[in-house]
Amino acid sequence: MGATIVEKIFSGKCGSTIRAGDVVMAPVDGAMIHDITGPLAIQKFYEMGGERVFNPRRIIMLFDHQIPADSIEAAKNHVYMRRFAAEQGIHNYDICEGVCHQVVMEKGHAAPGEIVVGADSHTCMYGATGAFATGIGSTDMGFVLKFGALYFRVPESIRAEVNGTFQPRVGAKDLILSIAADIGADGATYKAIEFCGDTIRNLNMAGRMTCCNMAIEMGAKAGIVAPDTITWDYLKGRREMTPFILNSDPDAKYEERRSYDVTKLEPQVATPHNVDQGVPVGKVAGTHIDQIFIGSCTNGRFEDFTEAAEVLGDRKFSDKVRVIIIPSSRDEYLKTLRAGLIEKFVTAGALVEAPSCGPCMGGAFGLLAPGEVSLSTSNRNFKGRQGSTEAFVYLCSPATAAASAITGEITDPREV
Amino acid sequence: MRVWKFGDDIDTDAIIPGRFLTIYDEKELAKHAFEGTRDDFSKLAKDGDVIVAGRNFGCGSSREHAPLALKGAGVRFIVAQSFARIFFRNAINVGLLPLVCDDTSGIRDGSSIVVKEREGKVIVEGKEYAIEPVPDFMYNIVEAAGLVGYAKQLKEIPVCTKSRQ
Ligand code: SF4
Repeated sequence: MGATIVEKIFSGKCGSTIRAGDVVMAPVDGAMIHDITGPLAIQKFYEMGGERVFNPRRIIMLFDHQIPADSIEAAKNHVYMRRFAAEQGIHNYDICEGVCHQVVMEKGHAAPGEIVVGADSHTCMYGATGAFATGIGSTDMGFVLKFGALYFRVPESIRAEVNGTFQPRVGAKDLILSIAADIGADGATYKAIEFCGDTIRNLNMAGRMTCCNMAIEMGAKAGIVAPDTITWDYLKGRREMTPFILNSDPDAKYEERRSYDVTKLEPQVATPHNVDQGVPVGKVAGTHIDQIFIGSCTNGRFEDFTEAAEVLGDRKFSDKVRVIIIPSSRDEYLKTLRAGLIEKFVTAGALVEAPSCGPCMGGAFGLLAPGEVSLSTSNRNFKGRQGSTEAFVYLCSPATAAASAITGEITDPREV
Repeated sequence: MRVWKFGDDIDTDAIIPGRFLTIYDEKELAKHAFEGTRDDFSKLAKDGDVIVAGRNFGCGSSREHAPLALKGAGVRFIVAQSFARIFFRNAINVGLLPLVCDDTSGIRDGSSIVVKEREGKVIVEGKEYAIEPVPDFMYNIVEAAGLVGYAKQLKEIPVCTKSRQ
């Protein structure tokens, strides 16, 4: 019987046949820590008797959630982490590089066939390169920092085959919101979701990242796309590696197979307070909004801002909404800046911030008051996620966010 | 011991909102547990109280602050129909035991509960509910008083050894 791509990655790392359901102590190729989960991971590393980390070059450290430090407590955490990086010889990207997941991808810290862990749930995004990547807690991360390995229960895979061509102004975010609505918030718990089919093959890396990023919103341990020429092209200049073939065998055993056709897919909006509450935009069109956020590790890339700018054209954003735009990394910021889009957004009335998580998780700035409504291109709309527990968060694509920013209410991007 | 009853999809933002994540002390975190969603919890929860919930408890972020906040409030066991994966692991790693129970819908908030985890059951108001056994490798960690204790015993780790669950 054949193997899934996930089983092949674990087998390759361990040098023996590993199947879904096996529990293995597998070596990890990379480990990411950021300003929120890092301090506790470091503390756990010391509590475990750690002295030197397993390999400083394989640890990716950066600050993105609360930057520049928005409280004295946050500043103290940053100092603690900087000191650890200096002592251990870990390269620290610090506050200037961007959102953790985007930085890991851009700097080539995840590649096909690798096992990468991060002390953050959206670590599953690196599956877009054909790596097995999963989010872990701080104690698990303390263990990884010390030993460079971790226990994994190798997951069964759900095969999500996507075919068809998107309508104009419909894309990867609409697709993943519709898949989340279909699979449900816990429909893929403990499983890996393997995205395949023509639509995925034709998606650029930005779109693949958007899909894999949100695998956790269905409870999945990982999202993954088999590497192809798009993947290897993306890795050029980021990672020295000779391309190789890595994909699931035709007779691999899947937990479940699902297929999707995007030909008639409409722009999707996830309604409060769960990611799996997605509906076609028409169902909520006209909903009043107070704040719009275009950014995050899900949709803060140059491609996303291009999509938003195309919808915007030469118009202005409505003065009824606050529009906050945050590129997910320095690279994405520079690309957007050089293309003239930052000027365009600022002229249209947006507040553009430096790369960070921003209002995505309600930990720093851009918080919502009770009763306020936010429309966001990020990945979570839980109660209280962006501030007050009495606020409402809707999720959508950059195109829908831009269209809604023009009118001041939730709007179908095909109609502006 | 009293039951604190919650519904489905209780996420980590509800358990401990993002603005408290600069705190790492479990007692301090406990003061903000369920802040804004269930304010009586942090005031009234007592040592040994049990959280009972529906499906997908602990979904969302990987923040270990969530199980720590509950542990700080005195909770030792969480009984739910299912758990989100990262929360499940984090809970065990910090010494909280997540117990899976097929149907918790009949268990009411404020009831008294006795947990017999080794016997695979919980008893609520005299009625027994079966719970699933905790996987062996997880028990190994719990028996070492969490992952920290387990890691301390190890000189070298058994890389690439495998076992079936
Ligand atoms: S942008 Fe949002 S989802 Fe992404 S890492 Fe930051 S807080 Fe998490």
